[in-house]
Amino acid sequence: MSEPLLVIEDLHAYYGTAHVVEGASLTMGAEPVALIGRNGMGKSTLCKALSGTLGVNGRTTGSVRLDGADIQGKAAHKIAKAGVGYVPQGRRLFQSLTVDEHLQIVGASSKAAWTPKRVYELFPRLAERKHVSGTSLSGGEQEMLSIGRALLTNPKLLIMDEPSEGLAPTVVETLIETIKDLAAAGMGLLVVEQNLGVATALADRVVVMVSGSIATETTSGQLLSDPEQQKRYLGVEPLAEAA
Amino acid sequence: MNQFVTVTLNGLTLAALYFVVASGFTLIFGLMRVVNMAHGALYLLGGYIALEIQTRWFEDEGSGLGLSLSGASDTEYSVFAWFVPLVLATLIIGVLGVVLQQVFLRWNQGQDLRQALITIALSVILADQMLAYWGGISKDIAAPSAWPTSITLPGDVRFGFFRGVVVLAAALIIGLGLYLIIKRTRFGKIVRAGVDDRDMVSALGINVNRVFIGMFFLGAMLAGIGGVLGGTMISLAPGQDTAFLLNSLIVVIIGGMGSLGGAAIGALALGLVDAYADVYLVFGDVDLTNYSIIVTFALLVGVLAVRPLGLFGRPA
Repeated sequence: MSEPLLVIEDLHAYYGTAHVVEGASLTMGAEPVALIGRNGMGKSTLCKALSGTLGVNGRTTGSVRLDGADIQGKAAHKIAKAGVGYVPQGRRLFQSLTVDEHLQIVGASSKAAWTPKRVYELFPRLAERKHVSGTSLSGGEQEMLSIGRALLTNPKLLIMDEPSEGLAPTVVETLIETIKDLAAAGMGLLVVEQNLGVATALADRVVVMVSGSIATETTSGQLLSDPEQQKRYLGVEPLAEAA
Repeated sequence: MNQFVTVTLNGLTLAALYFVVASGFTLIFGLMRVVNMAHGALYLLGGYIALEIQTRWFEDEGSGLGLSLSGASDTEYSVFAWFVPLVLATLIIGVLGVVLQQVFLRWNQGQDLRQALITIALSVILADQMLAYWGGISKDIAAPSAWPTSITLPGDVRFGFFRGVVVLAAALIIGLGLYLIIKRTRFGKIVRAGVDDRDMVSALGINVNRVFIGMFFLGAMLAGIGGVLGGTMISLAPGQDTAFLLNSLIVVIIGGMGSLGGAAIGALALGLVDAYADVYLVFGDVDLTNYSIIVTFALLVGVLAVRPLGLFGRPA
């Protein structure tokens, strides 16, 4: 199989008349990739465009191929069936559903690699809180549930939008280990992160989004050793940069 | 005292009917954000279809004296003569609801105003067609002849059997059934998840359009059942489509759009207020019962002043 896992070519995404992603291109295999960039550069919109969840006012043009299959502009459920799992920013759990119900609705076949049972083995905390409403969980547990829910679609590629946002440092460490294990097991990973530590811990390859397109790429080693790059790509000191 | 019991029962049975109709309306809105203004038309059409089936298939058995002036009252109706039209009309309306959603609403998803206008247009067209076909005189669906016309409650209160027993029981069964569907089945869980965050449901590989079809089928069926119950309990006449649309709107505005429990509470409030205002709005020599509808709106204003999203409403 020569076709890479994910090939994005000249992807544009719009909300109504707002043109947010402007010709993004990216090719990645099963290795983890971190997507960084400042606020408002279109990272989350790119995630939504890839997972088909731009909503009724959104539309996309360009080309996205997953494992050789065209998924650009397809309905979200078809994209999910094709193998894209989506862990959105802010978790987006269902407030009317319990933890267990979150996992039931996905309807994973009992023969699939990921079943609710396996998700509970991965996240024992969730098993303890099966019948609790999803939104009354702690931030870390909510992130686990959001990941577990996405895993049940048995994805080839997991797109995570700011998984560490709002979590305590110790929780983030555990989360990093879990995500690394998933990647090591062969799952493709595209992680949007504002947190430099998390981004570099998860992926060697780091791509940078500027003004709606993938502007450049670097490695976590280079990024960590070069404060100038950090400033430029993440806007750690946005005021100095504007001057 | 007897009068009070009777009026209360009247209110409760009205509430039961309002609940059956409004629950379909509110479920559709909760999941799809579609304000289906044709819901009242589906209600009336459901009643008329049942009436048509009853007259065509079940009227001629028994007496051959077709010339009797008192009309339908001479005909014997078996239990089937009521249940078969009920089931068929309900299914037909359910399918019609799905057609309406797939043909007219699906490609206007998210366009609230367009969807409202389309469904208003459809209800106006349907209303005229129904008037042309079934005429302007009010008609009843006959209850099975074997059922008693009234029951006597303790305290010597007499009350209509169909109204007091069948309609109330139907509303309770439907309410319980809907609760179980929403709470226990995978469909219900997906519906609840869809009310919270529709895009996220599809991102989990669930075909939301199929869930929409199921929901519109269920919601329209409830309008159809309501039409058959209402057509037997009260009558079928032009104008009831808009009356029941208005009732459904009031019920869900009081209860909160999208909430089943809200629909139950809203229906109770509206039914009881309707019934009491019709009788007790007399102060000495001043009879204000003609203005009882104002009390309904006072109720609405009161609820909205305190809870703008309705009693059980949540922000969209």
